[in-house]
Parts: sequence; structure tokens; C-alpha cells
Amino acid sequence: MQQVINVFLIGISIGSIYALMSLALVLVWRSTRVVNFAQAGQAIVTTYVAWEVVNRSGSFLMAFILAVAIGGLIGGLVESGMMRTLFKHASDGPVAAVAPVIATLGLLGVIRALVGLIWTNEGKRFESPVSTAGFVIGDTTLPFSRLNLLIICTAAIVMIVFSILFQRTNLGLALRAAAYNPEIARLSGVKVSMTRTIGWVFAGAAGAVAGILVSSNDTLNPYSLDVLFVFGFVAAVVGGLESLVGAVVGGLVLGVGLSFITFYLGTSLVFPTAFIVLVIVLLVRPSGIFGVKGARSA
Amino acid sequence: MLKRKREESSKREHNPYRRRVLFFLLLGWGLLLLGDRVSELRVYQGALIAIYALAIGSLILLTGYSGQLSLGQGAFMAIGAYAAALTQIYLQPPLIVTFIAAVVVAALFGAIIGGGAARLSGPYLAGTTLALALGLPTLANLFSFLGGETGLYFDVGIAPERFGAEFTLYKWFFWIAALATLIMLFFIQNILKSRYGRAWKAGRANAAAAQLVGLHVGRRKVLAFTISAGVAGLAGALLGMVSLVAPSTFTLSLSFAIITGAVLAGLTSLTGSILGGLVLVIIPEIAEMVSGNFGESEAVTANIPGLITSLLLILTVLFTPNGPAEQWHHHKEKKKQRAL
Amino acid sequence: MTLKVERLVVEHGAIRAIDGISFEVAEGSLAAVIGSNGAGKTTLLRTLSGLKDAKLGKVSWMGRDITGMKPEDLVRRGLAHVSEGKSVIPELTVKENLALGGLWRNNKTELAQSIEEVVEIFPRLGERMSQRADTLSGGERQMLAIGRAHVSKPSLLLLDEPSLGLAPLVVEQIFQTIAMLCRDRGITVLLVEQNALGALAIADKGIIINLGKVVAQGDAKELIDDPALRSAYLGY
Ligand SMILES: Nc1ncnc2c1ncn2[C@@H]1O[C@H](COP(=O)(O)OP(=O)(O)OP(=O)(O)O)[C@@H](O)[C@H]1O
Ligand SMILES: [Mg+2]
Repeated sequence: MQQVINVFLIGISIGSIYALMSLALVLVWRSTRVVNFAQAGQAIVTTYVAWEVVNRSGSFLMAFILAVAIGGLIGGLVESGMMRTLFKHASDGPVAAVAPVIATLGLLGVIRALVGLIWTNEGKRFESPVSTAGFVIGDTTLPFSRLNLLIICTAAIVMIVFSILFQRTNLGLALRAAAYNPEIARLSGVKVSMTRTIGWVFAGAAGAVAGILVSSNDTLNPYSLDVLFVFGFVAAVVGGLESLVGAVVGGLVLGVGLSFITFYLGTSLVFPTAFIVLVIVLLVRPSGIFGVKGARSA
Repeated sequence: MLKRKREESSKREHNPYRRRVLFFLLLGWGLLLLGDRVSELRVYQGALIAIYALAIGSLILLTGYSGQLSLGQGAFMAIGAYAAALTQIYLQPPLIVTFIAAVVVAALFGAIIGGGAARLSGPYLAGTTLALALGLPTLANLFSFLGGETGLYFDVGIAPERFGAEFTLYKWFFWIAALATLIMLFFIQNILKSRYGRAWKAGRANAAAAQLVGLHVGRRKVLAFTISAGVAGLAGALLGMVSLVAPSTFTLSLSFAIITGAVLAGLTSLTGSILGGLVLVIIPEIAEMVSGNFGESEAVTANIPGLITSLLLILTVLFTPNGPAEQWHHHKEKKKQRAL
Repeated sequence: MTLKVERLVVEHGAIRAIDGISFEVAEGSLAAVIGSNGAGKTTLLRTLSGLKDAKLGKVSWMGRDITGMKPEDLVRRGLAHVSEGKSVIPELTVKENLALGGLWRNNKTELAQSIEEVVEIFPRLGERMSQRADTLSGGERQMLAIGRAHVSKPSLLLLDEPSLGLAPLVVEQIFQTIAMLCRDRGITVLLVEQNALGALAIADKGIIINLGKVVAQGDAKELIDDPALRSAYLGY
């Protein structure tokens, strides 16, 4: 029983990171109807920046804040620089239909190459800001550590901030309106081109948090967040890709599920399981757990 | 098709290698004994161009003609490669059979995945196939007969003796790859020109309209996916032949490289696929020259090719949304119209 | 101080939906635009509110050229457009839909006041403030759409077929509200309608368009009585 709880908590910890990446993808999807395949790439940059700052100053908090700020900045620049040009030139050719996918993949490549040029492709050890030793209760040591707790708390704070922002503020209302119906939003005076950029900014910031958290106590290289992206995508699809709540729940469910699989069946089944979950969700309930019917063909 | 390939290579290849293509076909291996001015590396690169061209062709078949973008061509290539290697190891059939096995098994997987994929569009399909490309190679560690990280060795043997003693292994690889690619591309071209090919195009242009005239868009999409996977499987087997049938061969980067090549080739013209293959092989060469100027640090040599291809990818999709080839075509036609 | 449309031409690709339309609407008056399906009414409104670009021609409001301006800027100049169909966002609550109209003013007290006014006009919305808009009936949604426009405090209100799909009694109520907004609050209204009789009955001016051209315009009462127009365009 105790073991089950442990595995569950570990799952929540990793799942909350997936949830953040999933949130980032959903934010971008809602604002521009694009899946940003460079989301993890953007996070790679900010995670390297954080690594650099931690190494130089030793302050994890400063590294974190800087990474989140830069993450937002990169998101905004990508939207206003690349995506806008893309939509301006968009036509109905065979490439145009898949252009956003290709463009963000290209961006991913550019980012990786630049990161590799600056920091080399060699893995960097990202030290955990807090102890990774499991909590001790009585005379048993749990696998659940301070780092896991920190991850859960950080992710929870980010989610609470987002939920207040979206539900309680004028900006949040504008963002939601623009996501659901850009035309009515514009007719109500919402500057939709601005809400698009803001969506990317928030996504960049959320992705940055996910990148740091997943890399803590792990090795960082230009490719190390690929897996995070895929799990974030699966979580977003499970949650319906439209819903912020869905994204979070999708991430947590996936994290917990995969944690159990890792523990009881072994690591090598994690990927196949995630893939099968993705395919099943897409085939059986294409609008996700929280999605609206018919939203899938956008 | 064969002729066109020769013209392509004669136009774009600067080494005397293309001459040997002609000479070999005209005079046979006897002339090869006379002089071997092309290094083994070039022969190997020739094989790579052919293999990439075939993989790009499989993607063009899928995207250009059915509007689906798969990020998972690398996964189907892996399936083909493992199928070929396993067939060779356990059955040791004639060479051709191993390649047929590669096509059939990969196509089978393509049909299964295509069955679901046909219902997905745009980013969903892209994301799903991405997960496939990233996840499938990890299966190699799950089953011991797949050889784990070290992988399997797909042994096609050495060239038959009648080709002569000078006929190196890489030359043998090249001829297998080139021949397989040409036959396959010829086959794809025929499909695209057929009723089916036009139906796919119709499906891409307007799903609703195609449905109206009685075309089963879903079923055709699955078919497109199946054939594309089969072709990719063959390309994978060939790639396994020249390198190794292992997870490290069929990485995500491979899938991305194929996409880059296909986008640069324009996604609509099959002949462009050979150009795309050429670009993929040439860019690392250029990168090597460029990185020479920056000092030969490993970070530079490892990342400049990626930087160049990715930048090209972005610029292509930003400024020539229908592919450079088509854009050029457009340009010429406009000029013609103005002249009239 | 009028809405002035001069030789407006609007195209959807090869289709010329608006083919040289000119008319004026005096400030504080109510003009009805009548025309059959595909006449170009929706296209006209979408061009006026900036959702669609004009190919040729000029639109001015209160003496200023507003051609080619963006919808989000036009809202700030007092133009509100209730688009065709129930122009609400179903995923948001009734209150949020209303608040949307007042977002650009960024003033909490003014917003609360405007929302109260809307509730006065449409008491049914008041009881459903925290309900999602997709739980509303068609008539209530139309009220909500008009309410949202009202919250943005327009001086020019563009309405696209507000009676579409509503029961006769509700249509009557909506029409009376529109007339009231114009008479009591001095809002200039451009009302697009299929329901020619109902619209012309409350309008000062009628503009009849067909295939993108104005075929007749003038005093609403006179248009109703014109027998030639009746049989050709008004259909009763
Ligand atoms: N987005 C579009 N693309 C192409 N053609 C369009 C588009 N919107 C409208 N049209 C065409 O423009 C013409 C005018 O359409 P519009 O919607 O303005 O008519 P309407 O008067 O509002 O009709 P209804 O009473 O049915 O709403 C029609 O021929 C229509 O087919
Ligand atoms: Mg209309």
C-alpha cells in the first residue's frame, strides 16, 4: 500500500511537469491553431541559460526567474517574427497546409544547432537545487524526495497563477474570447494579434518552467527535452488540446500512469504505452477527455 | 526515369562519377578496371543520395499527393530495416527477398497506423507520427532478438564475382541502392500518374468535393499511407545495409532530415526527390568547409549542418510556400505571360 | 454627422458581392437594409465593421474616413457589429459575454453600469448571468449578442438579421428593443433584415439591395407602399 502511494506521488511529480509542457502546447494551440513543435526547443535554451546562471551565481531562484522571463521573450519573438510572416505568405499549396509544422520543426533544428554551438553537444549535469534524498519516515526511506515536492509545488503555483489570470482578469477574458472566437473578440475590441503573441509568451514561460524542473538532477543536452515534448503532446491530446484544465489533468494522468508502468513493468514499456494511449485517445475519443466534439479537424 | 536520373546527376554532380554511371551501363565493368579516380567516400555518398531520394520520394508520395505530413518516416524505415535484417539472418533467402520483406512488413505497419491516421489531420498526425519516430526505436531494447542498442548487421554479401575483383563493397552497395531507388521511383511515378494518384490529389485539394464525386478519401489516405510506408521500409533496409540496423541509425534526426529534403524538393515533384537527396548529402560537406573557417571544434562540425538545413527549411516554408521548384515554375510562367 | 457609403465595391475572390453601393444614414436614425439571400447584405456589414476589406469606395462615419480600419479600432470609435447568427461565444458565461463588450474601456464601474442597463432591457439575461451562453435559447442568445454590443456603448449599431430563426413574438420584442435603442438613446442603427415588413415598420429609411446593387432607397413608409417593389423584392 505504501509502495502504491509512493509510485503515485512520483507520478504526480513527473506528471506535473508534463502538465506544464502540455499547458504550453495548449496555450499556443488556442491562440494560433498551431502545434508548436519547437516548444521543447525553446525550453532547451532557457534551461541552458538557467544552468549557466546556477553555475556562475549559484542562485537557483535567479536562474529560474531569468529562464522564465527569457522563455516568454522567445515565445513572443517567435510568434511576432516567424509565425506572422508565415501566415502572411500562406497560400493553399501542398506545403502551406503543413507549413506551421514544418516551420516550427525548422525552428527546433535552428535552436538545437545554436545551443550545440554555444554549449557543445556534451551532456551537462544540472544539479538539483534541493536534496534528492527521499524523505525518511520511521526507518523507511521513501523514493519521494524534496526535489519531487519542489517540482509539485512549483508546477502548482504556475497553474494557480494561470488559472487566476485566465478566470479573473480582463486579459484572461480577452485571451479566452480570442481563442474561442477571434471574430467576435475583434468585434468586441480585443486586439487579437496581440492576444496571439501573449499566448506564445505565456507558453514560452510555462515551457521554461517545465524544462528546468525536468532537467533538475539530470543531464542536459540539445536533445534531452524531446521526450518531454512528446509526453506533453500526448497529455495535451488526452486533455483535448483546447482546454487548459484538460492539459493539466492529461499531464497528471499520464505521469501517474507511466509511473506505475515504470515501476511494475519496466522503463522500456513507457514509450510504447504512451504511444498506444495517444493512438487510442485519437481514435476512440478524438476530442480528448475535455474536448468538444468536432473540434479535431481545425 | 532512368534517363532523367542520369541527366539530374550529370547536371548537378561535379565529380567524374556520373561519367562512370554511363560507362558502366554502356561498356560494363571492364572499363572500371581502367581507372578508379573516385574515392570510396564518393561512392558511399552516391549510395546515400539514392537512399535519401527514395525516402524523400516516400514522403512526397504521402504529403504532396495526399496532404498528410508524417514525421515518422524514420520509424517505417526502421521497420523495413529490421524486417530485412531478420529475414536475412534467419532465412538467408536471395537478396531480393529480403528487400521484398522490408517493403511488405513496413507497408503492413503503415496500413495499421494509416487506418488511424486517415482520420487525423495536420498537427495531430504530425504529433502522432513524431511519437512513433521517437518511441519505436526504443522497442529494440525490449526484445533481445532485435539486438538492443548495438543492433543487427544486415549482410548483403559481396558483389558477385563476375563484376570483377576491383568491384568494392561500397560500389556494390551503390548499385543495389541506385537500382532499388530507380525502380521504386519509377513505380511511384506510375501510381501518381494513375487514377489513384489523381484521386489522392483530389482528396487533398478538397475533401468534401472529392467525396461528392464518390471518391473514398479516407480509404485512399490509408492506401497512400501504406504505400508510402512500404517505400520508406525499402529505403530503411538500404540504409541498414550501408550502415547498421540499430536505433542509432533511425533517429528522429533522420525523420527530420527526410522532411527537410522533401520540403526543399518542393513536396510535389518526384524528380525533386533526387535533388533533395543530393542536398542532404552535400550540406554536411558544405558545413565541413564552413566549419573549417571556425576552427575544427567538435561543437561546430556537429551543429553547422543542422543549422544550415533548418534555416533552409524555415526560409523555404516562409517565402516559397509551395516549394522552391514550384515557385520557380510560377515565375517562369508569369514571365511567359508577360512576354505574350 | 452621418454614416456615408460611397461607391463601395467588395469582392470575394472572383465574386463581386457589393457592386458600387452608395447610401447615407443620418445620425440617430434607423435604416433597414433589405434584400434576398445572397444580395450582399452580410458582406456590406462586414465591410463597414472592418472584418472585410473593400476593393474600391469609401466609408465615412461622423465626418471621418473609416475605410480599411480594423474592427478593434472601430469599436473604440463607437461602432458595434452584431454579426449574422447568434453572435455570442458559447464557451463563456452570459456575464463574460457582456463584459467582453466593455473590455476595451477597462473601467469597472462603467462596465457594471452598462451590464445593469442590459439587464433592464432584457430581464431574462439577468437571471442567467453565470450560465454558459450555450445553455441559452436562440432568442436569449440574440438578446445577449445585442446586449454585448450595447455594453460597448456604440453610437453606430450594425445588426445582421437579428430575427433569424426566432418565434414571431420574440422577433417583435427584439424589433421594439432596437427601435427603443435608436429613439431613446440616439444610437444610429443599420439593420439588415429578410423580414422586410417588420424592419421597414420601425425604420426611418429603407435601402433595398439586390445582387450587390442598390435597387431602391428612400423613406421606409413609402417603400412599404410601393407596389412594384413589393412584388419584385419585398415578396408580400
Ligand atoms: N466568404 C465568402 N467567399 C466567397 N463568396 C462569398 C463569401 N461570403 C459571401 N460570398 C458571396 O457573396 C455574395 C453575397 O453574400 P452575403 O453573405 O453578403 O449575402 P446576404 O445578403 O447576407 O445573404 P443572406 O440573406 O443569405 O445572409 C453571395 O453570392 C455569396 O455567395
Ligand atoms: Mg447574410
